[in-house]
Amino acid sequence: MILIGERINAGFKDIANAIRTKDPTAVEKWAMAQAEAGATYLDVNIGAASRDPADMAWLVETVQKVVPTKISVDSTKIEAIEAGLNAIDGRGVLINSTTADPGKLERIVPLAVKHNAMLLGLAMDDRGSPQNVERRVESGAMVFMAAMEAGLAPDQIILDPILMPIKFMQEQVPYVLEAIEQYTCLSDPPPHISVGLSNVGSKTTERGRIVRTFLVMAMARGLDAAICNVCDEELIAAVATAELMLNKEIYSDSYIRAFLMRQGS
Amino acid sequence: MTVEIPDVKKSWPHAINAVTIGATSAEGGTRTSTVTVGGETTLPFYHFEGTMPNKPVVAMEVWDIPAEDWADPIREPFADVLNDPGAWAKRCVDEFGAEMICLRLKGCDPNGANRSPEEAASTAKQVAGAVGVPLIVWGCGSDDKDNEIFPVVAEALSGENCLLGTITEDNYKTLTALGTAYGHKLIAESPVDINMAKQVNILALDVGFPSENILIYPSTGALGYGIEYVYSIMERLRIAGLKGDKVVAMPMLCDIGVEVWGVKEAKAPESEVPGWGDVKARGPMWEASTATVYLLAGADVLIMRHPEAVRLTQQTIVRLMGGGAG
Repeated sequence: MILIGERINAGFKDIANAIRTKDPTAVEKWAMAQAEAGATYLDVNIGAASRDPADMAWLVETVQKVVPTKISVDSTKIEAIEAGLNAIDGRGVLINSTTADPGKLERIVPLAVKHNAMLLGLAMDDRGSPQNVERRVESGAMVFMAAMEAGLAPDQIILDPILMPIKFMQEQVPYVLEAIEQYTCLSDPPPHISVGLSNVGSKTTERGRIVRTFLVMAMARGLDAAICNVCDEELIAAVATAELMLNKEIYSDSYIRAFLMRQGS
Repeated sequence: MTVEIPDVKKSWPHAINAVTIGATSAEGGTRTSTVTVGGETTLPFYHFEGTMPNKPVVAMEVWDIPAEDWADPIREPFADVLNDPGAWAKRCVDEFGAEMICLRLKGCDPNGANRSPEEAASTAKQVAGAVGVPLIVWGCGSDDKDNEIFPVVAEALSGENCLLGTITEDNYKTLTALGTAYGHKLIAESPVDINMAKQVNILALDVGFPSENILIYPSTGALGYGIEYVYSIMERLRIAGLKGDKVVAMPMLCDIGVEVWGVKEAKAPESEVPGWGDVKARGPMWEASTATVYLLAGADVLIMRHPEAVRLTQQTIVRLMGGGAG
């Protein structure tokens, strides 16, 4: 399971402050905590806190100083993505994200090729967010084709079918599950499939339970990546247990500990 | 029209641990040679796909008491040295090319000769003095007795970087402590069960024993006696290790001789089973065939008995490693 730690995001006040004041303390703290919790990638996002691409480079460099974990450069702005990529010290990197919008694909896919990066593609385009299964599959396939044609391997591509809050858009959740299953049929081996997991529990009172249950259901349909709160021990335990059920991990009485040892690698 | 052949090569994200057994005088021991196994970055002998930096090795088995119940074909080459473990070990190395010696402390079995820990240690020292190759020391099989013997034996061989075995899910605390204290590696045993193979390793890691110092012994079956079952367990362990499951990314050891020479196909004389051919040829062939299967399953250390089987197996290893027609 590819676990992308969501916490170094300027949507959180401590990170926004860190970016503004260039005080690395909060960034370092979350880099280490998420790495220890088993994150495969650490997502870094300057969000609305800054418009300066140099701030993305600063975030990447700050994280790189304290942990060896791979990095997910997260921005809707190409300049910020590019600045993040250029700051990478040779470790693995994920571009988060492109959409299926041809104008965007045209500029971001070549960046993934150039930096030998993983590429996360959102199943949306210039028409906006998808409201059904078909649009999700269409946009996902569009990203997948563009990436393959440019020379990326299927396992360098991560598709995201756009998970929406159950509290406000309940009918969309089963559509996401169906789209996940259809993505697995795109190729053999299939692309990776990820969601922004916390979205599903947005503004709910049973957030932990909702997020965890969705994740396990989605894994059964083919989800093998998630941007999430990796410091949620119950969530990680659910992932480890679901991997057992899918026969992806060897059972042992201490399988959760074994899972954590493996994720840390 | 030309058809493009797809490239089916895989690249695995992780390597199997490389483990060195034995220590020379420069390293604090008295061995004249050491053995390094493991380090594979691909499945066994897939040289086209990855690397197999260390070839599998053959250890020959020596007992601390005369192996009176061994079948004729494996007793005869050692008939005059069965009373002298040092001379026995020396013959295995000097005449039959053993790359390691496995001293099995059979005599300590409480249901047998019930020898003392001090006697075991003295035999271990005798064997260590007689040969320069790295040593494997295998307990008598009784957990309680092994926990009495090994503290004395491990200390007597301190610094020699031996391979001691075995630890199991129910009995690992004494040996892991001794391995750490006296600088030895350990064999982790499980009964043809992938989950338990993983569990015993986790238990050892939990008490602080490094995964780089462990070899997996997934149990062994002779050809015709569940070998395909063990094969599939070993294959799955190796694939999981290469995929990045650090808890099982260890070299594997197979105890060939003891299994093969317990089955009638290897040891029954032709007088008992007409039509099966001369046991002198059949037995070694059975042992060598069994060993070959385990090489293909991913074995890194093979413990064997018959000199001719050892020769054939070493020849097979050279060939599989790309060393020509041999």
